[in-house]
Amino acid sequence: MRGRSTSRRHLLAATALVACSLPAAQARTIRGALPWSAGEAYPPPRLSAAGWLFFTEAEAAAVTAMANRLIPPDELGAGGAEAGCATFIDRQLAGSFGTSDWLYMQGPFPAGTPQQGLQEEHPPNRRYREALAAIAAHCREKMGGRLFHTLSSQEQDALLTAMEAGTSGIAGLRDKSFFELLLQNVMEGYFADPAYGGNREMVGWKLVGFPGARYDFREMLDRLDQPYTDPPVGLFGRPAWTRAAQ
Amino acid sequence: MTRRLPSTDVVVVGLGWTGSIMSLELARAGLNVVAIERGPWRDTAADFPPATSADELRYAVRQDLFLRPAQETLTFRNNISQNALPIRRWGSFLPGNGVGGAGVHWNGHTWRWHPWDFTHRSSTIERYGADFLPPDNMMQDWGITYDELEPFYDRFEYLCGIAGKAGNLRGVIQEGGNPFEGPRQREYPTPPMRLTQAPTMFEKAARELGWHPFPNPSANMSQAYTNSYGCRLAPCTYCGFCERFGCGNYSKASPQTCVLPALVRQSNFEARTECQVTKVNLSADGKRATGVTYRDTSGREWEQPAEMVLLCAYQLFNVRLLLLSGIGTPYDPRTGEGTVGRNYAYQITGGATGFFPGERHFNPFVASGSEGIVVDDFNDDNFDHTQVGFVGGSSVACIPTNGRPILNRPVPEGTLRWGSAWKRATHENYNRTASVGIQGSVMPYRGAYLDLDPTYKDPLGLPLLRLTFDFQENERKLRRFGVDRCIEAVRAMGADRVIRNEITGPYDIVPYQSTHTTGGAIMGADPKTSVVNKYCQSWDVPNVFMAGASLFPMNAGFNPTGTVGALAYWAVDAIRERYLKAPGPLVPA
Amino acid sequence: MSPRTPARRLAALLAPAFVLLLGALPAQADDNDYVAIERGRYLATVGDCSSCHLHRESPYAGGRGIEAPFGTINAPNITPDPETGLGRWTRDDFARALQQGVSRNGGHLYPALPYPWFTRISREDSDAIYAYLRTVPPVSNAVNRDTLPFPFSIRAVMRVWNGMFFEPGRFQPVIGRTDEWNRGAYLVEGLGHCGACHTPVNALGGSRRSQSFAGQALQGWYAPNIGGSSYQGIGEWGVDDVVQYLRTGANGWTRASGPMAEVVQRSTSRMTEADLRAIAVYLRDQPGRGPATAPPALAADSPRMRTGQAIYVDNCSACHRRDGQGVESMIPSLASNQIAVQAGPETLIRLVLSGSRPAATDAEPTAPAMPAFGWRLNDAQVADVVTYLRNSWGNAAPPVEASVVQTMRRQLAARGE
Repeated sequence: MRGRSTSRRHLLAATALVACSLPAAQARTIRGALPWSAGEAYPPPRLSAAGWLFFTEAEAAAVTAMANRLIPPDELGAGGAEAGCATFIDRQLAGSFGTSDWLYMQGPFPAGTPQQGLQEEHPPNRRYREALAAIAAHCREKMGGRLFHTLSSQEQDALLTAMEAGTSGIAGLRDKSFFELLLQNVMEGYFADPAYGGNREMVGWKLVGFPGARYDFREMLDRLDQPYTDPPVGLFGRPAWTRAAQ
Repeated sequence: MTRRLPSTDVVVVGLGWTGSIMSLELARAGLNVVAIERGPWRDTAADFPPATSADELRYAVRQDLFLRPAQETLTFRNNISQNALPIRRWGSFLPGNGVGGAGVHWNGHTWRWHPWDFTHRSSTIERYGADFLPPDNMMQDWGITYDELEPFYDRFEYLCGIAGKAGNLRGVIQEGGNPFEGPRQREYPTPPMRLTQAPTMFEKAARELGWHPFPNPSANMSQAYTNSYGCRLAPCTYCGFCERFGCGNYSKASPQTCVLPALVRQSNFEARTECQVTKVNLSADGKRATGVTYRDTSGREWEQPAEMVLLCAYQLFNVRLLLLSGIGTPYDPRTGEGTVGRNYAYQITGGATGFFPGERHFNPFVASGSEGIVVDDFNDDNFDHTQVGFVGGSSVACIPTNGRPILNRPVPEGTLRWGSAWKRATHENYNRTASVGIQGSVMPYRGAYLDLDPTYKDPLGLPLLRLTFDFQENERKLRRFGVDRCIEAVRAMGADRVIRNEITGPYDIVPYQSTHTTGGAIMGADPKTSVVNKYCQSWDVPNVFMAGASLFPMNAGFNPTGTVGALAYWAVDAIRERYLKAPGPLVPA
Repeated sequence: MSPRTPARRLAALLAPAFVLLLGALPAQADDNDYVAIERGRYLATVGDCSSCHLHRESPYAGGRGIEAPFGTINAPNITPDPETGLGRWTRDDFARALQQGVSRNGGHLYPALPYPWFTRISREDSDAIYAYLRTVPPVSNAVNRDTLPFPFSIRAVMRVWNGMFFEPGRFQPVIGRTDEWNRGAYLVEGLGHCGACHTPVNALGGSRRSQSFAGQALQGWYAPNIGGSSYQGIGEWGVDDVVQYLRTGANGWTRASGPMAEVVQRSTSRMTEADLRAIAVYLRDQPGRGPATAPPALAADSPRMRTGQAIYVDNCSACHRRDGQGVESMIPSLASNQIAVQAGPETLIRLVLSGSRPAATDAEPTAPAMPAFGWRLNDAQVADVVTYLRNSWGNAAPPVEASVVQTMRRQLAARGE
């Protein structure tokens, strides 16, 4: 974790919270032995649980409500709100995903064919900010001065459905493209490791029966087509790792 | 200002599978070797231990181990009439980066290609006539045969400790192996992996269908293994974090596990990481490489003189380096002249996902990258093509690889993509689905090629590579045929609902399909139609040797790494046994 | 093109470089006795001189801090540089230093130079090492040799220390023992100075000969018991196991890590099979030290064992397996590895917190490193998982408390490890 070696490359996960601000890594010469230094590890950073790093309170409320309609709470488990999907997206947008640091972002940016893929000039953090502002304006102006999160569930679903279809008519919003980004990020938040702020209590993994960050299933080769019974575990563990919890 | 470094015998560009193998073999032969790698040093315990590698978001979704497009990407268009645009985010394929290259994050399927592949043109004409070849094809034999490569396939398999079952031992067909494979001199180094639920069902179904299923040859270890360099591998634990991930417990063959521990002990070897080679330098007459120029991460430029240059970068970037260096003549699709960039090919994929009734526990997360069952009955020329109307074929396989839920949670057709219904369908189906897929051959065509982009540049100001490619009718027919077999298989396994996975539009750079890009610097018997001779030696600059899938004149229905590894051993053998004794062209031009 | 002389090293241009293990330096012999020089080179390897006298420009140019019980002392430059090295030393000066712990100027040396063991070295061997060291390239590297605190900064204090703990005298073969055994004794008790780490010292840094090879905490590790005890020592090992361990760094029981990895890499892996066998024969003949039998294992259903098991299964089993067996000669077994049950848990704790790269040798180049878990497990979790593996699969040893892990974590941070 300390990554003490001065020559250590400046690898920061795209999932990390803060954009890379370390000095450029030195080129490195290796000979004689495999490099190794004590304590070296590159886990995701520990999250601060509270507050928003990117979203305003209003934006966070809207995204929380959207996540809760895309993945509603029901008898199968928590919804996107309780699972922390908005926190997940907030942390992602505050990091190198939000800024597209890793992507090729040099212009020009002409419209391409669908087969040529992503040609967005603006990174996700700006797309979220502008889209949420447009949706807020739409709710304010077209839906009785309300906010997305104060719409009824039926109204929220209808608006999301229209965005998905590209028929929402929200001014200044490329609704279909934003919906795809939002849906992708909400699903990521629901199923990614809890280390990233979503999937709280590993609720997404429990929904499907995924055991998480486990690394050894050999014993299951003798139990084909039988249920797997060990509880899921995250990158930062599970309750049974702490004695007081037992 | 470029700083000139002391000369070395060999400079190797790229320290993945081929770079590490060739470095070690030449260092052991007494040559001083400097390997220059664009990406970082990577090692198991620090970079992908079990405690951090089981992270789908970071590695599979955000693609932590791959080349960052910000550093280098390519531009893409479907055909010559379109304007190529940058691949801003990887999708269809995922180029590796760093020491170990794609050998770090591969699944480990390790094939020998069929004898037919190496003579696909002449063999097709012989059996079906020249009229059977698809329009605009650029098919040509490799200039090397399977029999010549066989000992080197063997070396690579024994380097990696591949787990499998022979199907053809010195011409005798073996029960339980692939009856269509070329003859091999001996068994695989280790026995096949144990099967999980879906492949177990697929194997039974395939037999019932009259096919010939056999275990996928796997670089995930079925047991502990020690290779001839003394490097050790541990047994695979079926963790399901294989492709796109580094292996945390030394159980996947990779340069890290199989070569680097021995290589770094060579006192005449040195690796320089995070240094990007921008050019192979040539003598004034252009007939001799004098070394390479590279930039380190601080932007300083260095010249590394060398007696010999080995291009061991990823297929696409090997071709780009030739173009940036002015080695060989760039291919022109209008005239068909030129060689560098021609015969780009890809693979065609598709398959079927089945949903199974009743209480099922496929436990898809119990998986390894290579564990599964394959059928070779419909690949290459293993069946009579007279009626199907296409050249080539595909392997058909059930290799689950993982159950990671961000990217892998199928729901039946017609399910909404979100909301309560989606949630219920996801809950109900995650553990009762299985997929069977094809990996199909792609022939080379006149309009499929690589060149330098006129508009877009990398951060150093050098032009990006431009890819022009689409699937042709021959391959679409092949895919339809293969996907039909997958549907038969999934139904025979007992699925009551089946999704047909087939992209029908133009080749699309967005959805992941395969990282098996090939061609662009192909080997052959004729300098007019190939970039290197059969020993992987540049026709134009004989002290430049090439490695990797850029050598392939076509793409087959199997993963390329076995052939990439065999050709690396083949080429380094030619360097050691022939070239060093008489430096110069090994084949008269 | 044919193989040519080595290209100039680029290490100096592209920092930081890894220091080469220079096996063959250009000869600048002022002594023409090639046989003696080569013997001296081998003996310097057996004595593992370079582990302490290492410098980035030469294995012998000194400067590395050696942790002694009363402070850190820097290893001197022993290249033939006249100003900063041994250039002006005679072979008599050299022998006196090794055998009596007295410097050329008559001052006392500290037992960081293991003269309490080297005193047993024969004069012939001392002269051979001297002859070899005259042939290594001189490196100018002035080392601060006065780093110890008062009163140890006064070198004359060592006279008193020597009177209490130092038994000078050449090795005398034991009549009635085989030549092999006696060769082993000479290497283990003399030039190889195994006890310098593995024999516990008293409060003043004197070795407790009654506890020879019983092990002790050292440099943030626990130098394990290598006596004949079946519980904590190597009583169950065969001679071949010892030889394999020293030659390759790994055997079916355990693998060398930490300071011992360096010893294997620089010294024992380069020793002759005959010398390794002699060491093994002698070591295998040592009496058991420490407790003869294990205490009762902790109950598997106690809360700390249950927690430890959960942590173990989730963190460790992918390599060490649920049954603790590991992978032979690759991933150490925890079930039949006496490192797990040493009197001190230092090694186990630091392996979990900071990880470790074991010895890499020509025979075992892989050296699969133990990853660091200090970022993931808190002190109580480390204590519980270490306690679990000390009390599972037949192991039994006292539990480890979180406070010990906390102290260890702090010490490792201070050491930059």
